[in-house]
This record gives sequence, structure tokens and C-alpha cells, in this order.
Amino acid sequence: MDFLYDDEQDALRDAVKGLVGKAYGDYENRRRTVAPAEGGSDPGFDEKLWVRMAEMGLLGLPFAEEDGGVGAGPVEIGIVCQELGRVLAPEPYLTSVVLAGGLISACGTAEQRQELLGALSAGESVPAFAHNEPGRGWTPTADQVEASQDGDSWTISGVKEPVAHGARADVLVVSAKLPASDSAERGTGLFVVDGSDADRTGYATYDGTRTARVSFDATAATPLGEPGADLTSSISTVQDITRVMAANQALGAMQFLLPTTCDYLRSRKQFGVPLSSFQTLTFRAADMYVSLQLAHSMVDWATLVVARAANDGGDPAAVADAARRVSLQVSRSGRHIGQEAIQLHGGIAMTMEYSVGMYTAHLTALDHLLGDGGHHLRELAGAVTTYGALDPLG
Amino acid sequence: MQLELTEEERAFRDELRDFFTTKVPEEIRDTVAAGRELTRDQMVESMQTLNAAGYAVPRWPVEWGGQDWTEVQHHIWHAEMERACVPTPLAFNAGMIGPVIAHFGTEEQKKGFLPKTANLDIWWSQGFSEPDAGSDLAGLRTSAVRDGDDWVVNGQKTWTTLGQYGDWIFTLVRTDPEAKKQAGISMLLIDMRSEGLEIRPIQLIDGGHEVNEVWFEDVRVPGDHLVGELNGGWAIAKFLLGNERVGVAPPGVVKRVIARIKALAADRFAHDPLLRARIAGLENELLALELTAMRVAANSVEGRPDPASSVLKLKGSELQQAVSELVLDLAGPGGSEEWERLAGPQYLNLRKASIYGGSNEVQRQIIARNILGL
Repeated sequence: MDFLYDDEQDALRDAVKGLVGKAYGDYENRRRTVAPAEGGSDPGFDEKLWVRMAEMGLLGLPFAEEDGGVGAGPVEIGIVCQELGRVLAPEPYLTSVVLAGGLISACGTAEQRQELLGALSAGESVPAFAHNEPGRGWTPTADQVEASQDGDSWTISGVKEPVAHGARADVLVVSAKLPASDSAERGTGLFVVDGSDADRTGYATYDGTRTARVSFDATAATPLGEPGADLTSSISTVQDITRVMAANQALGAMQFLLPTTCDYLRSRKQFGVPLSSFQTLTFRAADMYVSLQLAHSMVDWATLVVARAANDGGDPAAVADAARRVSLQVSRSGRHIGQEAIQLHGGIAMTMEYSVGMYTAHLTALDHLLGDGGHHLRELAGAVTTYGALDPLG
Repeated sequence: MQLELTEEERAFRDELRDFFTTKVPEEIRDTVAAGRELTRDQMVESMQTLNAAGYAVPRWPVEWGGQDWTEVQHHIWHAEMERACVPTPLAFNAGMIGPVIAHFGTEEQKKGFLPKTANLDIWWSQGFSEPDAGSDLAGLRTSAVRDGDDWVVNGQKTWTTLGQYGDWIFTLVRTDPEAKKQAGISMLLIDMRSEGLEIRPIQLIDGGHEVNEVWFEDVRVPGDHLVGELNGGWAIAKFLLGNERVGVAPPGVVKRVIARIKALAADRFAHDPLLRARIAGLENELLALELTAMRVAANSVEGRPDPASSVLKLKGSELQQAVSELVLDLAGPGGSEEWERLAGPQYLNLRKASIYGGSNEVQRQIIARNILGL
């Protein structure tokens, strides 16, 4: 058991930091990149940076070498997510690489993996996972979008929203309720749809990134993996892995907010003295530090649980448990640190031109990506009497 | 980064697990599990059992009975001890004065005190706080004045935990009344049977007698019982308090309380989603804290605690209190079972956790100043 990064992992962090830090170290660049253009067809991220991330091997990091990827582990992917979160990079790493790419990797045929992940790793493709449905919470199943089969050909119909980067995506991985069959329950399948075949309306979310409403009307769709297979459990596990990586990204953002707030407390003067001379403020910063430490520990641990599952063939239940636990802690810590960062700054953090408010917006959006603290607490509370004590090493 | 224990670490864990559950008397472990008070004899028997096997003072230098363990091994040792409901070695001996004597003491002091301290042949008490020196410890006034080769001590200490069992007391005294307050303090080792030393019990809000006042009236202390430099006591106090922060409010103990209450009140949890949510939330924070303890231990340099250890004390005591409050609410108006009757007194008793070992406000001050630079 150890929580230390090795030299290669440190080098990866430095390289990612160099790349995205150069792009977004100046917050004004991020602000410019996410500013909506006329017509709303802009991607909301830097396409050139996306290609440079591919050249550095970051986009293929999670995928097997035979699929065009690098074959790195969860710890490495977590490092990338932390560094993206630290500078609030709007590139769709989490939703396109970790989530959509993760589904293709977990469920696709060898041919599909090579084609789709090869293009993704090369920076030539931006896939999106079209899964959320209006009015539904966080679930691994599809309900309102349905698949129909006619011989070997499949079509899907229904509405998906919100779909992160759904308007820009060239490839949509769509979840759909499978047709009725002999088995009692209708499962959820995954389908690959050409982005341009769907009816899409893109818009900006409150943290500046892009999402979309995507409609299908008997749209031609190719089953991902074996046609007609219920992929609910695979979707669930990839969502869990994405939750852990979202927590890594949130950690990077929180690690930016605390020192930024402390710098402000030291430099800002009111009543003729620095704000840091008021104990009522410094104590609140100390509590933010406690929140950050707890989140950091859980993120490291959950990432290692995912890594262990990846190494030994995987225990989806252990990954699900770790995902719930880290999501709950990061939800609590993220809200606490985000809210306090704004309050301790005062009015300046309410403005769009200052970064802190937007970091809080992004933490909030991450919290709602795949289930907030309350959602995960409900899941944990349901199982709390089925065991005695928790063993983090178990 | 890796989560797995190595094969050697697993073997080490199994060895300790076996030792703790078979060699430490079951009656003692049952007393701990039930949250009842241990007698002095039980504490001594338990620590001597550990010491005979080299498990009482592993943090000490190897030549004085310590172990050349990795941080992971230390973690396993602590976790397994708590898991088996083995009383942790008396903190005043193992965690406080032992390391101080090993680090600052003379060869004679080491030879004279360390083996007996490790074996609990000497029960140490802590003479730090005074009526006018609580969080502001450096405001202490108990004085020691040189008289020939001896020191003559006058004054009063308070909050002396388990002082009624004490043989010796390590005491911070003012040896230079002219110096600015931190600079005039020294540490003396004082035999509690000395003439002029009196112990008076303080009754606490749980009805128990856990702490005491210790009065000194012209108590003579031999000159060679000064630890470290004359007027160098403040550095020793800081060294000791840093270690204390790490040991206080350990997550493993709270974890055990949670596991136990789940079993005892299973029917109440089964019918109450609000209680389940409360315990699930606390358990999750406790996991985060336990993991933080592992991370912080990995960062400690030469046995000196990472400043982040303040987080352990601050959050650990908050969770300890929150869990005792949950147990209190589970017990409701009381009942026929022992845990229900103990819930109220334990809840009241644990209000101390955010006050002692450096109050939580002092910990926030340490975090703000030493870590955040505010």
C-alpha cells in the first residue's frame, strides 16, 4: 500500500501541466474559448489543443494498444483529469474519452474498437454518449429512447438531453431500450449513430461547456458489440469509472480554489489591514483545507480501487462502491470549497471576469454529471446494514 | 501508487491479528468493546503483554524497544489493535514521555526510565495545563526554583487525566520568570509520591472521575530530573504535542463503535431511512479520514508528524462526537441494555474531544498559519 506517484507518473503530470497550463493558465483564454459564437455551432473548446492532446498520447491513454491506444492505467488517466480540472480546461476529455470511449472499449467489437478508438486516439473524432433523457435522474438504463430491429438493420427513436458535446460529436454512442424479446425484461443496448444523422440543438451550460438536445426519428443505428445484448452492467461500470475520474477533475479544481482564496486573503485589504488578519476568515479557510484533504484521500483511494479492478479482471461491485463513496465526499467538499471560495473573496468572485466563480460553477456541473451527493448517499444508506466495518484495503 | 498489501505485509497483518486476538485476555477486550472503563490492572496487563512481544512502543528508537517498521507496518499495527479491541498502549508513556526521553534525555534518564515506561512499570501523568494556562499553554505559572542540586516546585496543574493512577508526572515548569513566556519553561520528571504533592479529583459531567488537579507545595525534585536544556521546555512541549495530535481521536476506534451500533440497533436502522443516511454519511467521512491518516503517515519525516495531522485531530474529534450523538439518538429515552444506559454519559464525556489535545480552534489556527500561511 502506498499513495506516492512514480517518476513516470510525475513526468506525465508535468507534460499535461505544460500543455494545458500554457493554454489556460491565463483564465482569459478559457473565457474566450467557451464564449458562444453566433449561431451556436461552435465546439466550446479548442480543437487545436484537442489534436495536441492526441499527439501527446492523452486521448488514447485508456485504450488498448491494439485499438490504437496507449494502454495506460486509471492512475494516469486520473492525473490528466486533475490537471484539466486545475485550469478548468473545457476539452471534453471526461465525457468523450473516459465515458464515450470507455463504452466503446468495453462493449465494441474488435473492428469497432479499432475504428472508433483509433480515430479518437488520433484526435480525429469526438464521440459523445447520448444517454440522459429529459426528466430522468442518474441511471444506467434507457427508457424513452427505443431501438427497433428489422432483420439485420436497427433504428432508434426518441430524445436524449442533455448530451455533453452532443452537437459537436461526429460519433454518437446512444443507449436505447431494446425491443421486447423472450426474456422477461427489456434491457438497454448501445448503438453507434453518425452525428449528422441526428437532429441536434447545442447550447452552453452554466459552466461554459457545451451540451445538446439530440432527437432520433427512426434513425439508422449500428449496435455496439453483439446486436441485441443487454449492456446495462457495462454502462453502469463505465459510469462508475467516469465518476471516479470526474472526482479527479474536481480535485484539480479544488486544489486551485484553496490557494487562490488564501492568496486573496493575504493581499486584499479592508479596514486598513489584510483580510488574513481576521480569524473568522482564516478559520473558514482552515475548514476548506480539511475538506480538501478528505476529498484528496478519497480520490486517490477510489482511483486505486479502479486500478486494482483493471488489473485483476475487475470486481464491478467494488468499483461501484468506491465510485459512490468518492462521489459523496467530493460532492460535499466541492460544494463547501466552491461556496466558501466565493464568500471569502466577496463580490469579485461573482464576476465572469474572475476565475473563482466559474470554478465553482464547474464543480457544481461535475457534481451533477453522474449523480450528486444525495444520490450516492441514498445508495450507500440502502446497503449500510449489510456489513460491519469498512476496510479500505479489503 | 497501489492499494494492495504486499505478501510480507499480509503475513505481518495475520501475525498481529493472531497475537492480538489470542494473547490479550478476552475479558479486557470485551471491556473495550462494550465501552466500559478499564481498571488500572487491566491497562497494565494489556500493555505488558504487548511489550513482551515488542508491540507496545514500536515508534521508539530500536535500541529502546522500538521497531524498524515501515509506515505501512505501523498503520497495520494500529488498525489491527483497534480492530481486536486491544487497549492502545498508555498514550502518556508510549506516545508522549517515552519519545521525549529517547530524544532529549540523558543516557541515565534513558536507562532509568525507558524500559519501565515501555512496560508500564511506571504510570506517567501529564503535567501541562493549569487553571490559567489552557490553550495558552505558555502562560503556565507553576515555578521551579533552584536550591542546591534540587529544584523546588510550587503551583498547580489541572486536567491531569488518570492522575489517580500515576507514579510519575512529566511537568512543565517556569524556571526563568524574567524571560518572555515561551523562553523560560523547562520540563521536570517528578515522582508523584514526593512530599508536598497532592492529587485532588475533578468530577466530570458524565459523573466519572477521569481527571484531577495536581498541587505542588515546595516539592523537591533532584536536579538530574530535568529533561533536555534548562529553559528549553517549550521545544520539548511542541515535539510532544505534535505526537499527541496524531494519536488522539483515532478513526479505528470510531469505526468500531459504528460497526457495533449497527449490530446492536439493527432493527432500528432497518425501519429508519434517516438513521441509515446519517450513519452512511458519517461512515463515509470516517473512511476519508482513515485514508488521510494513511497519506499523512507516509509524509512524516523522521517521526515528526506532518502538519496535516491537525486535520486528523480536528475531523477525528468531530466524527467521534457525531457518532456518539447518533448512538445517543438511537438509545432514545434509555432502556434496559447496557449500551443504551451508557449512551448519555459517553455523549457528554466526548464533548472533551474537541477541547483536549489542542482544542479544535487551536488546530484551525495551526492549519491557517503553518499550512496555509495566513
